[in-house]
Amino acid sequence: MTYFLQQLINGLQLGFVYALIALGYTMVYGIVRLINFAHGDVFMVGAYLGFFAIGSFHLPFPLALAFAMAGCAVLGMAIERIAYKPLRSAPKIAALITAIGVSLFLEYFTSLNFVFGPNYQAFPIPFKVTVYQLGGISISTIQILVFATSLILLIILQYIVQKTKIGMAMRAVSHDKETASLMGINVNMVISLTFGIGSAMAGAGGVLYGVAYPQINPFMGIMPGLKSFVAAVLGGIGSIPGAMIGALIMGVVETMSSAFISSTMRDAIAFSILILVLLVKPTGLMGKKGSEKV
Amino acid sequence: MKKWYSIICLGLLFLTCGPTEKVIKIGLVAPLTGDVKTFGESTRNGFTIAIDEANAQGGINGDSIKIYIADDRNDPTEARNAGSKLLNQDGVKLIIGSVSSKCSIPLSEVCQSSSAVMITPTSTNPKVTVNDDNTRKDYIFRACFIDPFQGMVAAKFAIDNLKAKTTAILYDVGNDYVKGLAEFFRDNFLKMGGKTIIYESYTKDDVDFSALLTKVKRANPDILYVPDYYNKVGLIAKQARQLGIKAVMMGGDGWDSPDMLKIAGDAINGGYFTNHYWLDDPRPEVQSWVNKYKSKFGSNPDALATLAYDATTLLLEAIHAAKSSKPAEVRNALQNFKGLNTVSGSISFDATGNPIKNIVIMKYSKTGQEFVVQMKPE
Repeated sequence: MTYFLQQLINGLQLGFVYALIALGYTMVYGIVRLINFAHGDVFMVGAYLGFFAIGSFHLPFPLALAFAMAGCAVLGMAIERIAYKPLRSAPKIAALITAIGVSLFLEYFTSLNFVFGPNYQAFPIPFKVTVYQLGGISISTIQILVFATSLILLIILQYIVQKTKIGMAMRAVSHDKETASLMGINVNMVISLTFGIGSAMAGAGGVLYGVAYPQINPFMGIMPGLKSFVAAVLGGIGSIPGAMIGALIMGVVETMSSAFISSTMRDAIAFSILILVLLVKPTGLMGKKGSEKV
Repeated sequence: MKKWYSIICLGLLFLTCGPTEKVIKIGLVAPLTGDVKTFGESTRNGFTIAIDEANAQGGINGDSIKIYIADDRNDPTEARNAGSKLLNQDGVKLIIGSVSSKCSIPLSEVCQSSSAVMITPTSTNPKVTVNDDNTRKDYIFRACFIDPFQGMVAAKFAIDNLKAKTTAILYDVGNDYVKGLAEFFRDNFLKMGGKTIIYESYTKDDVDFSALLTKVKRANPDILYVPDYYNKVGLIAKQARQLGIKAVMMGGDGWDSPDMLKIAGDAINGGYFTNHYWLDDPRPEVQSWVNKYKSKFGSNPDALATLAYDATTLLLEAIHAAKSSKPAEVRNALQNFKGLNTVSGSISFDATGNPIKNIVIMKYSKTGQEFVVQMKPE
């Protein structure tokens, strides 16, 4: 039983990091119906910003986190402004291809020697790590940090979306863009903000991932990005609670497959979930059925 | 008029038969960037010291050496491409490379089919010098021992010195070197009376080992054997200690890197690994090599640099002995070496192109590597 609980904790640690990334996917999809494939790479930039903040500027963890989140928010908004906004009235496929292009650009540009370099970097941990034993289960400071930070950020996000005016504007725009603009909402600003918030969450995810698995490189965002995308689809793309639940499920399933089946199967199983969801319930666990208005 | 023409033509003819300087082309294929870049950098350092020494003495057989360096990024496809480029575009027929077995194996196939000599300084997997049907690739050699020996020595040390009864083995399923070494360790450990209670694989891009390590923790083995490269081992060691695993960690020569402590920190303290040479070996060849390297690069040479230096020395000696840089003749000279003294030991090639050498066990402490014991082949 303790073995199962330990594996569950491992899975939740992974799941919370996926949740932070998945939120960005789902929020952006909800608002502009675009799958932002570059999101995984914003996550990667967040990890590097955290790496520089802690390693070069010697900032304490909360400041480093804030630095990474701010940097990624700016990056996300810049990407939206430069790459996606001009294509808002173009067919969806154009924006999708552009997103892939932005993703590749971020990966290969940052792997140039004068930017981040293509080599692995060891992520510095700015606090002492202690391992607590509860019964037969080990929990380390890192796991506690991941849980705490993710939960706090998720609660803040829920508050913003549900209880503030700007959140209401975001929900309105994702419901119906034209009508929202008719109601006096500045749609462009709302879209920028959504990208900004989603990217900031991904940046936080990047720093936490760097702390938990302290080896970063410019291509580290590909796998977590893809898995978080699957998580967002699983939870219902466009639904924020769905993304959180989907991500936790993904993290736990991935860890359990590694624990009880085989570690080499974990990716195969994680991605089969995507196929299964699309076959059985394409709108996801909590997805809303998109109604076609004639 | 005709007289002038003939004088000019004769003059031009004389100009063309000036002294033509022959150049010996030697190539290096190594992972200068990528996940094991310290391996590539050390290899290149050892290689350049050897070449510079030779050129300073007027080259080999009177010809100077021109080097061609290619980066394979520790990727098998890149290694194959780098080899093809050196062979076909640059006309290089003598190659030192690569570092990891997964790159040396495809590189050896390319070199063998072009009848180009290849000496790998550090690839320990048997498949580098022999084909799958056990026939020899006769242009391919290596300067280091092979993994069956390495796995056997590690098992012996674990059983005899560490008094271990059980082991957990974690290996990268896509890497021939890691997989091979894991198998050799497991088989020898069993032969010597130990039991492998966990034998699990992961993939190259995995960073989250918590699930696997929780399995290991539950099994509570004496030894945790992770024969992978330093970048992965560092991650695994860290996560293992965070989960509270108390087993002694062991590994192979892929652990040897100045970056290991940077990545693993205290987690690797007390970990043992098998390696090719040790810094404080009192043999004069080793001490003069260490001083040479230190004065040029300002740091101590690791096994990668040492073996690269030895491999290059072997090649240069073979060219000298054969009095030619033609691959077929160099290859024969190499095969016939008996007891050639190099920094890492005395080299004689057996029928499979592998030298029979000593092996050392090293230990990571908080500050660096410590020598434990040297074992000789039986």
